[in-house]
Amino acid sequence: MFIIITGLLLGGTYALIAMGLNLQYGVARIMNLANGEILVAGGLAAFWVYTAGQVSPILALFLVAPVAFAVNWLLYRIMLEPLVLRAKSRGALEVDSILATFGLSFIMIGIALMIYGGGYFNYSYLSTRVQIFDSSFALNRVVAFALAALIALALWLWLSFTRPGMTLRAVAVSPENARLVGIDVRRVSALAFALGGAITAMGGALISMFVTLDASTDGVIFTMKALIIVIMGGVGDIRGTVIAALLLGIAETAVGALISPGLTLAAAYVLFLLVLLFRPQGLFGRTTL
Amino acid sequence: MATTMTRDVLSVRGLTKRFGGLVAVNGMSFDVREHEVMGIIGPNGSGKSTMINMISGALQPTAGTITLNGQQISGLPAYQINRRGVSRTFQLVRPLNELSVMENVVAGAAFGHRRRWGHEAEAFAETLLQKVGMGRHIHLPVASLTYIDTKRLELARVLASEPEVLLLDEWLAGLNPTELTTGIELIHSLRAEGRTIIVVEHVMDAIRSLCDRCVVMSSGAMIAEGTPAEVLADREVIRAYLGDEDDA
Amino acid sequence: MSATDYRNLAISAGLVGLVALMPFYASGYVMTLAVTVAMFTVLATSWALFSGPTHYISLATAAFYGLGAYITGLGIDHLPYWTLPLIAGVAGAIVAALVGVATLRLSGVYFVIFTLGLAELIRQLVTFAQVQAGRQGFYVLTSISETMIYWQLVALAAVVWLVGWLIWRSRLGFALRIIGNDETVARHSGINTAQAKVLLFMVPGAAAAIVGAIMAPRYVYIEPSMAFGPILSFQVVIMALLGGTRRLWGPIAGVIPFTLLWEVISGNMPNQTYLLLGVAFLLIVYVLPGGFVGLYEKALHRWREGRAA
Repeated sequence: MFIIITGLLLGGTYALIAMGLNLQYGVARIMNLANGEILVAGGLAAFWVYTAGQVSPILALFLVAPVAFAVNWLLYRIMLEPLVLRAKSRGALEVDSILATFGLSFIMIGIALMIYGGGYFNYSYLSTRVQIFDSSFALNRVVAFALAALIALALWLWLSFTRPGMTLRAVAVSPENARLVGIDVRRVSALAFALGGAITAMGGALISMFVTLDASTDGVIFTMKALIIVIMGGVGDIRGTVIAALLLGIAETAVGALISPGLTLAAAYVLFLLVLLFRPQGLFGRTTL
Repeated sequence: MATTMTRDVLSVRGLTKRFGGLVAVNGMSFDVREHEVMGIIGPNGSGKSTMINMISGALQPTAGTITLNGQQISGLPAYQINRRGVSRTFQLVRPLNELSVMENVVAGAAFGHRRRWGHEAEAFAETLLQKVGMGRHIHLPVASLTYIDTKRLELARVLASEPEVLLLDEWLAGLNPTELTTGIELIHSLRAEGRTIIVVEHVMDAIRSLCDRCVVMSSGAMIAEGTPAEVLADREVIRAYLGDEDDA
Repeated sequence: MSATDYRNLAISAGLVGLVALMPFYASGYVMTLAVTVAMFTVLATSWALFSGPTHYISLATAAFYGLGAYITGLGIDHLPYWTLPLIAGVAGAIVAALVGVATLRLSGVYFVIFTLGLAELIRQLVTFAQVQAGRQGFYVLTSISETMIYWQLVALAAVVWLVGWLIWRSRLGFALRIIGNDETVARHSGINTAQAKVLLFMVPGAAAAIVGAIMAPRYVYIEPSMAFGPILSFQVVIMALLGGTRRLWGPIAGVIPFTLLWEVISGNMPNQTYLLLGVAFLLIVYVLPGGFVGLYEKALHRWREGRAA
């Protein structure tokens, strides 16, 4: 029981991060391999405002979100849109965006190392314990989970019931048809990319409340986890993303608690392998034509 | 025409394709005889492309069988079907842009039904390029070819494996009137060589002048079969194309 | 084979011979660099054989390399030295085939992530196994000198070039170029695309594992985080793409300048190697999409047009 709840608490934040990546890949068609660094940057920002100004990481979200939105919007417009425009095929865009976002991720690591000098950072916030069923959990994990669920719910409502949300989904389904009905696909793609980045960064701020992050190596690990979740859940499938994220959270916690904490990524990877071999279209994915 | 005397090369029986709840092709059955040009026609969304995609192996049928010279090919991967002797063009032409014109044609010869490689393949490719009217363009980069030339190139690539059955998926679509005449002549010349061809077409003139027989599809099912003159006079076919308003 | 083929072969053999004589005239520091260059030449050239025509970005180099290094580490006390690179090559090819079967029928993104994770997965498993066995790594103590490592690498590079040249001329090589252009057309032209990709992916798999096996004695002490370090995979991708994958000699044109630059930067500002990797990636995407080979071809084209005019 303890493992399942801890896993769910972790999975909640994972879901948020993966939703960010899913928006970027599903709508803007950019596989953003710097996604994990955006996350770490969000975490660093929360760490910074907390240690420098004793500002709560929850309040920091209100700073992190708009800044990450703006930065990601600029990144898309300046770096990635030219690649979309010059790409002769989906495959060419894929290779270009993989290489470009890898470049971006290394540059972000380089900058982080320049500013902070070293790798690890963590801080202690809401580290009291709360009782759920018969076990006790760190309050920061519970709060982070609740906030992640809140943000994810807001995103889902926005995508499902508002006009801009619907245009986003239309582009996700078919950019060509969206263009035909008068949607400005370039603008919507930039919006989705920026929004995805903002959500990932918020996820990073939340996760920094209870996980020690390493600026130089953790980005790529979170990118991998987010990707594994997106692929498991299915590109463009919010429900699938949430379920896959919770599954991953539980699997990692179980392996970490029962076998060895050193094998958490291996657990994620084995899950990924199973999905690739048996459900390459995602857990709930429809086979596309 | 003494069609009864020639044998069936390709036979389709009860072929069905479902995408989730949508039935794109529903229980289609027909035969293609040796040396004939058979047309598959029908309004947009009637399942013609799905049909071609199943015959060429791009899609797996949900039910039913396809046999080539008595051997079942349905269920095989596309490359196997090509090696058995079914070769196709694409509705949206797909030239190999980073390869030379010559290599584009050799690509069809090197791995397909009747394999050629090296000098033999190049010599054969050159003959085919002459045949489709691209003799002068052998040394141009593929990216600089005109639209009809990319279509010709694709035709040469498909011919290069000497297929038993040739699938032309709207090969004439998008050509201007002059090009259309040239295109129809080209297919005529293939027909004169005694090739077995399935064409999916929208261009009615082409169907009338090229096809020995036609099957007409509507909403995934066959609604008529016969010579172009017969099917184009069929009331149900006219209704399928023009809608029901005329009957009211 | 044509006369040009024989000429090119002779020139290449002569160059390889000249390079192989380096230990007789170069200083110790230069030889250390030369070993690194030779190592990356094998890794980047074999990487480009597969990833060049197919456009599948493989980040599995570190996984194969570490595998090879561990085979030497585990086998050195029990088997004759010369068998170890061979065993590593076979093991690398088998692992590559397994990875290929699992991922190569899927799109490129899956492949990148899978290969990136592979090294990390193996590293975690090996670390776990070693902790269970109560150790962190082990010593590889041999009498193999740096010069011998160098010669083995140069010989391996020659083999990789030869294999690459033969593949390039073969139907397999042609099939991969078609796949790289349009996989749908390839399938409908009778090419077993999955098989072709898996076969070719075994080449860099085997080559990187052999390189790992050859390099192991140089480290003396082998531990997982070093043998499976992911940076190696990224370096190889950058070098190969910087040089260009459309020619067999392309990758080495990227290996030499990037290795030297890396030496300078990692020696003076070790934290800035990340920035170097990042800038190199962006350079490849935005400035040099065809690598140095692309520049060369453009210049050649212009020169020919100038002469024709």
